[in-house]
Amino acid sequence: MADLHLAKELQRKANQFRKEILEVIYTAKAGHPGGSLSEIDVLTALYFHKLKVRAAEPEWADRDRFVLSKGHASPGYYVVLAAKGFFAHEELLKFRKINSMLQGHPELSTPGVDFAGGSLGQGMAFSIGLALAGKLDNKEYIVYVMIGDGESQEGVVWEASMAAAHFKLDNLVAILDKNQVQQTGKTKDVMDLGDAASKWKAFGWHVIEIDGHDMHQILDALDAKRVQGKPTIIIANTIKGKGVSFMELNHKFHGKAPNEEEYKKAIAEIDSLITES
Amino acid sequence: MVGAQFALSMLLKKSYIKFINMAGTVVKQEGKVATREAYGKVLVEIGRKNPNVVALDADLSDSTKSEMFQKEFPERFFNMGIAEQNLMGTAAGLAASGKIVFASTFAIFSERAFEVVRNVISRNKLNVKITGTHAGIITGSDGKSAQAIEDISIYRTLPNFYVVQPADVIEAEHAMWQLSEHNGPSYLRLLREPTAILHDAGYRFQLGKADVLRDGKDAVIFATGALVAESLNAAEMLQAEGRSVAVVNIHTIKPIDVNSVVEFARKTKHVVTAEDHNIIGGLGSAIAEVLGEHYPCKMKRVGMHDRYAESGSGEELYKKYGLSAEHVKDAVKELLKK
Repeated sequence: MADLHLAKELQRKANQFRKEILEVIYTAKAGHPGGSLSEIDVLTALYFHKLKVRAAEPEWADRDRFVLSKGHASPGYYVVLAAKGFFAHEELLKFRKINSMLQGHPELSTPGVDFAGGSLGQGMAFSIGLALAGKLDNKEYIVYVMIGDGESQEGVVWEASMAAAHFKLDNLVAILDKNQVQQTGKTKDVMDLGDAASKWKAFGWHVIEIDGHDMHQILDALDAKRVQGKPTIIIANTIKGKGVSFMELNHKFHGKAPNEEEYKKAIAEIDSLITES
Repeated sequence: MVGAQFALSMLLKKSYIKFINMAGTVVKQEGKVATREAYGKVLVEIGRKNPNVVALDADLSDSTKSEMFQKEFPERFFNMGIAEQNLMGTAAGLAASGKIVFASTFAIFSERAFEVVRNVISRNKLNVKITGTHAGIITGSDGKSAQAIEDISIYRTLPNFYVVQPADVIEAEHAMWQLSEHNGPSYLRLLREPTAILHDAGYRFQLGKADVLRDGKDAVIFATGALVAESLNAAEMLQAEGRSVAVVNIHTIKPIDVNSVVEFARKTKHVVTAEDHNIIGGLGSAIAEVLGEHYPCKMKRVGMHDRYAESGSGEELYKKYGLSAEHVKDAVKELLKK
């Protein structure tokens, strides 16, 4: 069982990050709030509890790898990387602006970034390469890759899924941020993923299913013993836009910045979440 | 002078064949060898020299010849199954981890993963060497579905990419070695069909530098791949008709050797390009881009004129679709008439 104090502290941190996500997107007047708000609890636990990374040495050869395959959710990723110290906090307010370190979708030139996302599905394939290299070089590092449920409509996700099981990549942990919504509507209406857990199990993966906004469950899943010879997937059931009432499960906020009124309302809602906790 | 050169080249050609027989790993067919044969052979040699080299294929390793590497280094070889997007994405992940990665499949199927190649390999300038075999209509009886005639064009548009097509197996071996030492992505275009051997063991290949096979003053043929041999034959026929025609082998289509292209255009004022590829976007376009900016002159492109071919032997298809030595010769003559 997860440490109660740790879970509470990480939950508080994640909600602070929610405010920063909104600020970053509001300042840039562009970006993807929905998927950033759904992923942030898991990302917070990963970076502040699990990942072996060194902010002062981003290219450290033995670091755990993190691949944000759903690269459009970069605001959530960037606020966490900044908080870890990979780059200065003020970079966040230059997000998507000319000459900025923080591109609309992540680039390898940004400290701490292991994968240049933006085209869905490709991070899964890239992670197979990272995990194979880890095996070839007898490295202990773990490759974590985060994908979305809308993203799972890309065929390459399943090509890579097959390959991971075939090559017995037990150094690979996928996280499905199953936030139920994609750009034009509910995922089950656009192209139903069906029973994700059964699908991944049938593809030869060890499957853990959790509430992706429950910090205790997230910590338990990340700390669970991996199965030898099998890749692991954590299916995180989440809510797109989590924490902001009018963004939750609303596909209109997949890739749209809030206006001033919406921004103020959203910040007030997150503030009350933080006060309650 | 030119006749003597040709006689010398025939003599050297014989010695190349002898050289290849001594090497023992390359299959000879009526004095012709497929450029793909060099792929497996040299990949093994590079693998022996550098333990950081890995190879991937998409269930075509017996055809692309990467199986030779698989046999010697099974732990460094990955058959990705019939899944080209994952082939390219996985190759990128390995390269990002410091591996020198060779990824092979048929030229045509590599195109299926084009956007993966663009977004993960080209965009990040990763050290992945893509090899597409069975390129061009010379691939023959498999028909349209297998005959890649747009691959040079699409790979040429990718920043950071080198695009190379050897004219014979000897050149293919050199290209493999030099690409393995080049830190960056590349596309190597190889053929299934055996083609004439044009170089000898002493050949000094230089990536990015045009290979002048025959000098001339009336016209120049810039050719690549199997069309280099056709162009040499065309030049020989033209010689008999009193025309002095240069043949320059453009093995590195990108980055193209601007100086040599301009030099021969300036010298001859008449330029013909020859390729087993769509004339849109291929070598003909690359040469036109260079000359349009540096030395506009009379020009004619031999190649596939924006259409697909059909089943048949490579030789039959070259005759029917306008890629034979005869067609190259006619193109030069027509240009000289203008």
